Amino acid sequence: MELEPILLTLQLATVTTVVLLSVGTPLAWWLAHTRHWLRHPLGALVSLPLVLPPTVLGFYLLVGLGPNGPLGGLAEELGWGSLAFTFPGLVIGSCVYSLPFVVQPIQNAFEALGRRPLEVAATLRAGPLDRFFHVALPLSRPGFLTAATLGFAHTVGEFGVVLMIGGNIPGQTKVISIAIYDHVEALEYGSAHLLAGGMLGFAFLVLLILQLMNRRMARASA
Amino acid sequence: MKRQGFTNLVRALLLASAALLPHSTAMAAEVNAAVAANFTAAMKEIVTAFEAATGHKVLASYGSTGKLYAQIVNGAPFGLFLAADAARPKRLEEEGKAVPGSRFTYAVGRLVLWSPAPDRVDGEGTVLKSGEFSRLAIANPKTAPYGTAAMEVLEGLGLEATVSDRLIRGDSITQTYQFVASGNAELGFVALSQVALLPEEKAGSRWLVPQSLYAPLQQQAVLLKEGAGNPAAVALAEYLKSPAARAVIEAYGYGTE
Repeated sequence: MELEPILLTLQLATVTTVVLLSVGTPLAWWLAHTRHWLRHPLGALVSLPLVLPPTVLGFYLLVGLGPNGPLGGLAEELGWGSLAFTFPGLVIGSCVYSLPFVVQPIQNAFEALGRRPLEVAATLRAGPLDRFFHVALPLSRPGFLTAATLGFAHTVGEFGVVLMIGGNIPGQTKVISIAIYDHVEALEYGSAHLLAGGMLGFAFLVLLILQLMNRRMARASA
Repeated sequence: MKRQGFTNLVRALLLASAALLPHSTAMAAEVNAAVAANFTAAMKEIVTAFEAATGHKVLASYGSTGKLYAQIVNGAPFGLFLAADAARPKRLEEEGKAVPGSRFTYAVGRLVLWSPAPDRVDGEGTVLKSGEFSRLAIANPKTAPYGTAAMEVLEGLGLEATVSDRLIRGDSITQTYQFVASGNAELGFVALSQVALLPEEKAGSRWLVPQSLYAPLQQQAVLLKEGAGNPAAVALAEYLKSPAARAVIEAYGYGTE
């Protein structure tokens, strides 16, 4: 069984999840606490990838990342070359694609937290960063776990976007879903079964473990 | 005894009503055609003329030959298959999925190395050897005959190793063309038919790859089992051999023998 697509997929999912957690947390905080009118259109924008078919995303990324597009043009100016068909390009695509799956659980967790614990912490002389790291974050742990799981799993399952901007390069952009598609098109059903079945088993196992972990965490904090 | 008689009556009634159902007559029929991606533009023109001339309807699905073959093998309800090679129609015939003796060459394809930039590719394809590009697009050789031909050219020129890390594979020759046309790949091996009728400003530059560098792209069509009794399928197959269709096919840069 070829390991390259598997390793590449895991790499992509990990990098995407890390990037999204870093970028998504401040965004989720802002969306949860602000009263500025911009939170409505921005919230809708964040939810957009939930509704759009991945091929729409892939198409616009192809145009946007290409040399005639906004991002791609910038990359060209900086001398980086086109971002399409590269691993970084895929990361960008995956981040857009999985954005709502990471931001929304965290946002919900922050909203469920409410202002009370933070206000109480403030009366006890906790500064903003202190309040965030020692009060908000630990209490929102289930939300973060959900966000990380969903972001990771969603990226592992990504297909439409990668098909559009991937270019099917072994070792660079040929992720599991593309490899399976490739095998099926070439009537190599044995290899397709191996990859697809393996992925199914892995996904089930991961989700099962996370379910149990979540349950234990909820029980511990109850 | 009584139940047996009743069952027989029901059976007889069903059979009679089936016999009374309208069959496909010489009236306007519909055919699902599986068409290789490189033939997209030409097919659209041919279909318009065919529908006007005969009143039959054609529902064409475009894709890479390999993908369409896989679908047909798995029971996709196509009546006619226009492949980009001869191997897959032949295989369908051998597997009993096509009407024997219905296979014919509808076009001979040509491979070109193309770039939308007017000064990128010269008439001898030296840009390939000089390696002055960061990405070269080809169709996936596993499923697209034009991709197989492109690999043949690269291997024949001894460039396979040098360009392998800069190769991007399109799902079909259409996607390959899109990669190049959108500028995401500077160069690509596409079908002559895709660039033959481009207007002057978009024509770019190209190298018509010499036929000696790859096995000829004998594009064959075959009538599938599903289309055997379908007058639209049979008529379309015949129409593809007609002078009107041949004229369109040749206009797109294909050979017809």
